[in-house]
Amino acid sequence: MAPDSAVWLYAVTRGVPAERLAGLAGVGGGPVGLVEAAGLVAVVGTVPLAEFGEEPLARNLENLPWLETVARAHHHVVDTVARFGPVVPTRLATVYRDGARVGAVLMQRQAEFGTALDRVAGRVEWGVKAYAVPGASATAALVPDRVDERPGLAYLRRRRAQLAGRELAQQAALHSADQVHDVLGRHAEAARRHTPQDRRLIGDTGWMVLNGAYLAAAAATAEFATVVRELADRHPTIRLELTGPWPPYSFVAVQAGEAQR
Amino acid sequence: MTSAQQSPAVVQNSGQVLPAGHEPANLGDILERVLDRGIIIAGDIRVSLLDIELLTLKLRLVIASVDTARQMGIDWWEHDPFLSSRPRRPVEPEPLETVRVRPASVSAEDVAGRAGELDAERLTAEELTAEELAERAHRRRIVDER
Repeated sequence: MAPDSAVWLYAVTRGVPAERLAGLAGVGGGPVGLVEAAGLVAVVGTVPLAEFGEEPLARNLENLPWLETVARAHHHVVDTVARFGPVVPTRLATVYRDGARVGAVLMQRQAEFGTALDRVAGRVEWGVKAYAVPGASATAALVPDRVDERPGLAYLRRRRAQLAGRELAQQAALHSADQVHDVLGRHAEAARRHTPQDRRLIGDTGWMVLNGAYLAAAAATAEFATVVRELADRHPTIRLELTGPWPPYSFVAVQAGEAQR
Repeated sequence: MTSAQQSPAVVQNSGQVLPAGHEPANLGDILERVLDRGIIIAGDIRVSLLDIELLTLKLRLVIASVDTARQMGIDWWEHDPFLSSRPRRPVEPEPLETVRVRPASVSAEDVAGRAGELDAERLTAEELTAEELAERAHRRRIVDER
């Protein structure tokens, strides 16, 4: 008989109280369950192959509204589970034929998962983004027009000054971003600097000069927020944005050196 | 819009410092985490890495929400052959190369076309994109070697 469903893997943990998962809606709207093996507990859900099989999945991943729904559902489950202990989130769309296959993966990768779980236990991920402050480059407006100058020349001169001012402001912002990342790294147990999100969609928000992730003790939450606030005060060329706490998405990858700068 | 005179803001998207139960953050933050990070293990349902790599290149652009993007007039996924739900190209290795080359040439044309009016911001954006692509290619190599 051809199966009509598959198993979606959200995360690997050391244990989750099953009763706390009751009523939690997973990807595809279905319930969330557990697969135990090798002293590990995988958080899973059942998904229909009609939507999550190889061909429909590839197609659906390109459908942004579908992807948004699935990504939020996946994250919601990972985030919920993270409240009960260390969690290693799996990348979106890790799908197995059945629960037995998930159990086999747990056994096969027991050591790897164990190391990752140890690394993130008792810790949370903070996201800190920095944007160059647009107003910090407005120096060009201060360049006075010369009376004898032709309008075209005056425009070019102003424009040149404006661009030079902007470049200086950007350099200052980049410098501040480096410093912020260094300081936050010292207040964290691990730090990653991710590629900044693209300005074409950030648009009004400004130019992102830092997209950092920091793994810090869950108990030191207030302290980390305070450090961010102090850094924001000390660096007027950038605007800081703190998000979190996140499950430790950025600190479970197995590839050494990945995204580390 | 923040001006230089104002004190920089610290925004906590997920609400305060920070009880459980928050519904965090914007779609871009979530997408970059669930697609780009997290542990990568092979499932039984094969989603080619290339698919996801290309996808994240596009999705890296998504920041606030689909609606916000539409308001901003950015609805590339409705016109982009890669993202539209029309019949799909077969997955071939070339696209990554193509994508990798494209930003550089766009950037060069840009410079030529705007001689005298150098747009520093735009160049920076293109550089970042090229850098991203290089990083992508690098990571693909790492993954492929495994």
